[in-house]
Amino acid sequence: MRVDAAIDLTMTSKITSPTREGIYALLENVKDPEVPVISVRELGVLRDVAVVDGNVFVTITPTYTGCPAMDVMREDIEKELQNAGITRFKVTQVLAPAWTTDWITEEGKAKLLAYGIAPPQKTADIRALKGEAPIVPCPQCGSKDTAMISLFGSTACKALWKCNACLEPFDQFKCL
Amino acid sequence: MAQQLPLLTYLLRRGDDNLILGQRLGEWCGHGPQLEEDIALANRALDVIGQARNYLQYAGEVEGKQRTEDDLAFLRPEREFVNCKLVEQHNGDYAHTMVRSFLYDAWHLPLQKALTKSSDERIAAIAGKAVKEISYHLRASSDWVIRFGDGTAESKERAQNALNALWTYTGELFVQDEVDQALIKAGVAPDMAKIKAEFDRTMDRVLAEATLERPADAYMATGGRQGVHSEHMGLLLAEMQYLQRAYPGAEW
Repeated sequence: MRVDAAIDLTMTSKITSPTREGIYALLENVKDPEVPVISVRELGVLRDVAVVDGNVFVTITPTYTGCPAMDVMREDIEKELQNAGITRFKVTQVLAPAWTTDWITEEGKAKLLAYGIAPPQKTADIRALKGEAPIVPCPQCGSKDTAMISLFGSTACKALWKCNACLEPFDQFKCL
Repeated sequence: MAQQLPLLTYLLRRGDDNLILGQRLGEWCGHGPQLEEDIALANRALDVIGQARNYLQYAGEVEGKQRTEDDLAFLRPEREFVNCKLVEQHNGDYAHTMVRSFLYDAWHLPLQKALTKSSDERIAAIAGKAVKEISYHLRASSDWVIRFGDGTAESKERAQNALNALWTYTGELFVQDEVDQALIKAGVAPDMAKIKAEFDRTMDRVLAEATLERPADAYMATGGRQGVHSEHMGLLLAEMQYLQRAYPGAEW
């Protein structure tokens, strides 16, 4: 294969006539800057994409009100669109309905676990409803013998836990 | 349009409460009693500053003078801040900081819960997000109040002292002036009597478990909502606003 052919391949990422599916696929490249294995779609931050007469409208919602990563995600989405040759777009942030960890996709949760972060339990978890402490298995060794160290962790969305079996501390994505 | 001025004041009050508490909590950054608590305080500060941002952004739009949330936070003089006096009180020791947060959270959670049903959709949306965050805050501050109160003789004494010292600032949280009245009438704001009932339930439940004594209601300090603050407020603003005052328009 010649070198310029390889360059041509990378050039095919330019989108000339955007479609909803095409934009969704493109935005898979935009990851959470603080958890770089999970995309904004998997995180549930990307709420909608609409294409009207060639104009692209992207709707996002913040995870936590004060999360500094939100501004970065918004800029990353804009950059991704620009790099794909899309000039007519608008990224809008909405607050309602409020983001919930239930919107993190199953593949997203699996990626969090593989990254060493315990994924959130369901908000409708019966134990949570009864006010009991959730059971959060250790993402390192899988043991259920774990304990919460602090309700707040390294970022707004995480709590700090430790595993009593392998003695490793770990982050848990707070259930919200 | 007659409703615009009360709405603006109401939004500034909600924004300022959170902003000033966020500034106080942020002062702990790097000084927490242990690493986990240092991080927890910064997280709490981040949440309330985020909520302040939402309310002040909306206030700026309602005011219609092209002022951003940053303008409102960093360029208003003390007399224009309408936060309650509770949040501007100094941090003191850790019991003092936690009791202050506990009193605030126990009032703030039912208030924001009620605001999710506001006839103003924007407020309802802001509150809908805030409620989730404040639930965690109240849980964490309640845990600490219980741990201090039902702890050693010294931790109990400190927690009780903090409670006694801060109780005078709780009355202001439930005052309803003409601003509140106008918005209650329009279905924008809730009746504070209902918020007070939930606040009382939380106090009774947590303080009993903490074996702390609920102070009797006596003189209640007010004035914050009219921009008349305690002596701590000027110093707090001097620090918070220094950069924008010294280097107007500075960005990072």
